[in-house]
Amino acid sequence: MQLLVNGVVRALVGTSVTDAVEELGYRDACVATAVNGCFVAISERHAHLLVEGDVLEVVAPMQGG
Amino acid sequence: MHIHDVELTSRLWLGTARYPSPAVLIEAIRAAECDMVTVSLRRECGQQRAGQDFWSLIRSLGVRVLPNTAGCHSVKEAVTTAHMAREVFDTPWIKLEVLGEGELLQPDVFGLVEAARLLIADGFQVFPYTTTDLGVAERLVDAGCRILMPWGAPIGSGRGLNDVFALRALRAYFPELTLVVDAGIGLPSQAAAAMELGFDAVLLNTAVALAGNPSHMAGAFAQAVRAGHAAQLAGCMPPRDLAEPSTPTLGKAWLA
Repeated sequence: MQLLVNGVVRALVGTSVTDAVEELGYRDACVATAVNGCFVAISERHAHLLVEGDVLEVVAPMQGG
Repeated sequence: MHIHDVELTSRLWLGTARYPSPAVLIEAIRAAECDMVTVSLRRECGQQRAGQDFWSLIRSLGVRVLPNTAGCHSVKEAVTTAHMAREVFDTPWIKLEVLGEGELLQPDVFGLVEAARLLIADGFQVFPYTTTDLGVAERLVDAGCRILMPWGAPIGSGRGLNDVFALRALRAYFPELTLVVDAGIGLPSQAAAAMELGFDAVLLNTAVALAGNPSHMAGAFAQAVRAGHAAQLAGCMPPRDLAEPSTPTLGKAWLA
């Protein structure tokens, strides 16, 4: 399945947001996710199923003013 | 000072961006004796995990964090970012930015009020980055904001307090509300001036991060903020248009 992950087209095998986060190597990382502009909480990642063409954003802490 | 029932010792709050290195950032935070810093969220890229390293560094300092919604130009973006920040940083605090015009990074005050209302209804404690407009301030307070953060000048401009009259009016209109000047402060004297006006704290980033010696500048700002606050508590004299002799005129010898 092809997704747009943080602005880059990626082919992922998994079907849920949890799967995607693990495939991307962020299983133990402190990240938050959104799909198609909507927040997906950690508690909802497993049940949130991805479909072809979804836009997945994975964000992490960063410097800010 | 108390912010949403949390005791903070420092009235100088620092941003964490634009420092030459993490080590310099740490030195600056320590020199400022700052116990709250602002942080943000950005895309985690590849295996570099820069965000994880940054978060470990901030946690090691033991300071409280105020996540922001910097760069958001719509209510939807800001609200979604706030939710992601609450999960990542484990805090209901959010420095709410909904930006309008791009060159001045002026707050979109209509979007700001709407986003504040949505987030407060969802349990957030909102620190809105706003203008000095009294009407907007009233709407934000009506929405449930217990703190307002009007700009001194555009973000990163270093122009100081562009509208002292409006800032003074805001302070007078909301005597009990926590007010923080956020953005535009470029010099310690400007931070002191904000505190002399009766503001509760100042939030700044670029003036320290891009200083020739950030940790020394952070120390200078800390002193200025303390001095300005002490002056305000001591009672600043009102300005006059005409001179008034300080030495008594009564009893002066007639020598003409």
